[in-house]
Amino acid sequence: MQNALFHWSFAIPEIWVLAMACVVLLVDVFVGERQRDVAYVLSIFTLLAAMALTWSQMGQTGFAFFGQFHLDPFTSIASFFVELLSLLVLSYSRKYLLRRSLYRGEVFVLLLFALLGALILISGANLLILYLGLELLALSQYALVAFQRGNLRATEAGLKYFILGALASALLLYGMSLLYGLTGTLDLHQIAIALVNVGSANYLLMLAVVFLVAGIAFKFGAAPFHMWLPDAYQGAPTPVTLFMSSVPKIAIFALFLRILVDGGYGSIEIWRQLFVALVVVSLVIGNVVAIAQTNLKRMLAYSTVGNMGFLALGIVAGTQNGLASAFFYAVVYAFMATAAFGLIVYLSREGFEAEEISDLRGLVRTRPWAAFLLLIIMFSLAGVPPTIGFYAKLAVFQALIEAHFIWLAVFGVLMAVVGAFYYLRVLKVALFDAPAEDLAYGADDPLAASVLTVNSLALLILGIVPGALVAFCYHALQGVL
Amino acid sequence: MLFFAQIVAMFVTLLVLLGIAGFLVFAERRVLGLLQNRLGPNRLGPLGVGQALADALKLLCKEDFVPPFASGLLYRTAPILVAFSALAGFAVLPLAPGISWAGDWEIGLLLILALSSLHVYGVFLGGWSSNNKFALYGAIRAVAQLISYELPMGLALLALVLLAGSLALQGLGAAGQPVPLIVYQPLGFLIFFIAGIAETQRLPFDLAEAESELVAGYHTEYGGMRFGYFFLGEYLGLVLIAALISLLYLGAWSGPWLPGWLWMLLKTGFVIGIFFWLRASLPRPRYDQLLHWGWNALLPLAILNLLLTAIAAALWGTL
Amino acid sequence: MMLTTTILFYVFSAILLVSALLVITARNPVYSALYLVLAFFNAAALFLLLGAEFLGLILILVYVGAVMVLFLFVVMMLDINLERLKEGFLRYLPLGLAIAIVGVLEMVAVFWTAPIGRVPAPGPIPANADNTRALGELLYTHYLYPFEIAAVILLVAIIAAIALTLRRRPDTKSQAVGKQVAVAVRERLRMVDLRGPKP
Repeated sequence: MQNALFHWSFAIPEIWVLAMACVVLLVDVFVGERQRDVAYVLSIFTLLAAMALTWSQMGQTGFAFFGQFHLDPFTSIASFFVELLSLLVLSYSRKYLLRRSLYRGEVFVLLLFALLGALILISGANLLILYLGLELLALSQYALVAFQRGNLRATEAGLKYFILGALASALLLYGMSLLYGLTGTLDLHQIAIALVNVGSANYLLMLAVVFLVAGIAFKFGAAPFHMWLPDAYQGAPTPVTLFMSSVPKIAIFALFLRILVDGGYGSIEIWRQLFVALVVVSLVIGNVVAIAQTNLKRMLAYSTVGNMGFLALGIVAGTQNGLASAFFYAVVYAFMATAAFGLIVYLSREGFEAEEISDLRGLVRTRPWAAFLLLIIMFSLAGVPPTIGFYAKLAVFQALIEAHFIWLAVFGVLMAVVGAFYYLRVLKVALFDAPAEDLAYGADDPLAASVLTVNSLALLILGIVPGALVAFCYHALQGVL
Repeated sequence: MLFFAQIVAMFVTLLVLLGIAGFLVFAERRVLGLLQNRLGPNRLGPLGVGQALADALKLLCKEDFVPPFASGLLYRTAPILVAFSALAGFAVLPLAPGISWAGDWEIGLLLILALSSLHVYGVFLGGWSSNNKFALYGAIRAVAQLISYELPMGLALLALVLLAGSLALQGLGAAGQPVPLIVYQPLGFLIFFIAGIAETQRLPFDLAEAESELVAGYHTEYGGMRFGYFFLGEYLGLVLIAALISLLYLGAWSGPWLPGWLWMLLKTGFVIGIFFWLRASLPRPRYDQLLHWGWNALLPLAILNLLLTAIAAALWGTL
Repeated sequence: MMLTTTILFYVFSAILLVSALLVITARNPVYSALYLVLAFFNAAALFLLLGAEFLGLILILVYVGAVMVLFLFVVMMLDINLERLKEGFLRYLPLGLAIAIVGVLEMVAVFWTAPIGRVPAPGPIPANADNTRALGELLYTHYLYPFEIAAVILLVAIIAAIALTLRRRPDTKSQAVGKQVAVAVRERLRMVDLRGPKP
């Protein structure tokens, strides 16, 4: 029990975010209504500094807090991405929040706490820590979704999200407790060692893995556990949807990686089959049902389901390359989703959410630049070269074929083609339909505009020169197996 | 043999405590008389001491009446719960090192807090099972008040525990030697003192039974010895809180010339005297003021106190 | 001595089980809550029998002293129609039972096949064991990290609850006592000179 075992300096980004969230909370109480910008700027500063701190830790490895905290390349890199994504979310949403009297300190604080949950999840090396991090992330999101209290749809979304999220947590917890019963330890690395003796034919282990995978799929929003997703995405204020569609995806991938790879790689034969089922159902439901949607946020929600299917393809491959491609996919998807929802945030104004597909009619006439960015985003989501979305899908399919899942890869490509249809339909509406006279976009937000431009162009430029990002993401997964 | 002797001794302790409670009822009336420039009970015995006995006799002889609309079992249990929770606390209270039934139990302080939460139930059940509007109001008030003031009380005690490094009452008392802990914890003392009055529901915090608004609050329907139990509980609680204050903050058994247990008793008596005095001088606050005060003033102060104590302990070490 | 402990164990466990059953069968929600309190007390007594006094008393302090009081406070003031709550009881009973049975079977399976044996059985308790100190050391040293995270979760719960429920209602009328007290004579009283012009 020496203090040396603490190594608390590994957790400096987490400690920083926590401390600053409390500071923002207090400052917000004292500055009052008019200087709300102080809290906003402080939150932005928190995120920038957190990114710097995380960056400075790059390359260090080790355990802290008696093996409950794991600092490895994945921790640093994934943490960096979620911090960057949170920063994007905040910079997109200032005007939106202002216009809907949601520009309140609690929103920033809850956002920071959600980020903290994601960071804890990413670095967790213990079942208990993973569960707590997950709950922190989820709890903050439940509150954020329902934050617009006067809005019936937001309240409904919050409630659905809360109940189904709690159910998912319960499933996960049940799986964890079975795993604990099997191995007698909460520490993931000891679990990995203990599982060698258990063997993957143990039916209790199967049960545990089934519950774990179900819980993770729930949180991912992979079909058939996606019921909460469209309602929550549609009902939540768009900046919150923006957050939900980006940061948690990486965090939940970390959850998967920690539990089922760091801890439960011995059970790969079990979870691989489960993920095959998830992939098939997600790809079909995500890509087919999305076609029928008229609401852009809802459509993007189903697109999430489909994309989680593609991500899970990498998981099915299960090799070093497969997992790395899945992580790459998660990161790329998070940035694509940020851009897509960011565009909706940017186009909305008071009393107009710009969330119906028909709201984009003739965008190219009224807002040519926004229409161009929409083109990039949709191409990237559909996986059209030379965007980064194409490379993400390519990486996943490559890994899958290396692992001899030829048929699954063929099925995936087929579904990607189906999926392209509804993304292109949005483009058709925006580019070729006549603009409606009564539509006026609220696009007077230079901050969101510039961030959107950078974010969208990055999808294109990184697609042309993907090397650095790919290497970065693949480096994260170095040595997990 | 020793076992039976112990049981007899415990029984005697109980009787003594009940006697003290009865006597205090009388003493308070006399003191109040003095302070309010009137006489108070002075007929029976020298100075009227016999009044305490007469009251007890009267309560015992009254009919044991359960209103037909009350929920029987709970109605009967509630007063006993109140008296029990106050009495049981004395088990861990030391008069001096070694003079107690379980004073060196390592978590005696927690037992007292747990019993005080049991006390809430007595009051609540009494009010609820009476099926009477006044009683219900009284119960609601009592519960709200008790949970509002239990928090600052616990936090004040926590700072003390932090300093003393012990949860045993004897250890806490020993930590107050030779310098009474009030020196280190003036704010904590005030918080505990105020919360203590609120916990015993004495004036000025007796809103649960406020005669002028709620007849008699949660024990409106009670009569005879059942009412007597509530009464006993209140006065025993008073003694307990006074004894705790002197044990925890006023240096317990320390003092020159006299034996330790006598000092402890004297200090307790002194604190009880202050309670009487407060009753005579302070008006009752309004109910919302009471709750606001508990949550908005006392609780932050208690947290501040704990924080400062923790910082001080980190800088200069504990006792 | 062993015998007394065993008998006490069975007594407390029996009361615990019966009161737990009564929690869900009692018709009056206040009684349900009270049975739950009784169950907590017996659980605390079991902790005491095990020599875990700290846990026992903390159970009473937290659950009986705080949680259940708040519960009762709410239940007492709500007009809950239990008949309506229980409407679907029989309909959902088979499903509930099935889930319960599966759950029990799984737990049995864990105990059966696996090796709780991996966790060494606790040795005899040393005479001067101070379980408060031991708990403190575990919580604040070994499990400091999860402990702090749990604290953050509670903080988030508080923030979320307040942000979602606290509303300022400008349309309600209430006294602002502070303003009333702070009022000055000049604000309420206007002196008017009623004397006419002097003749």
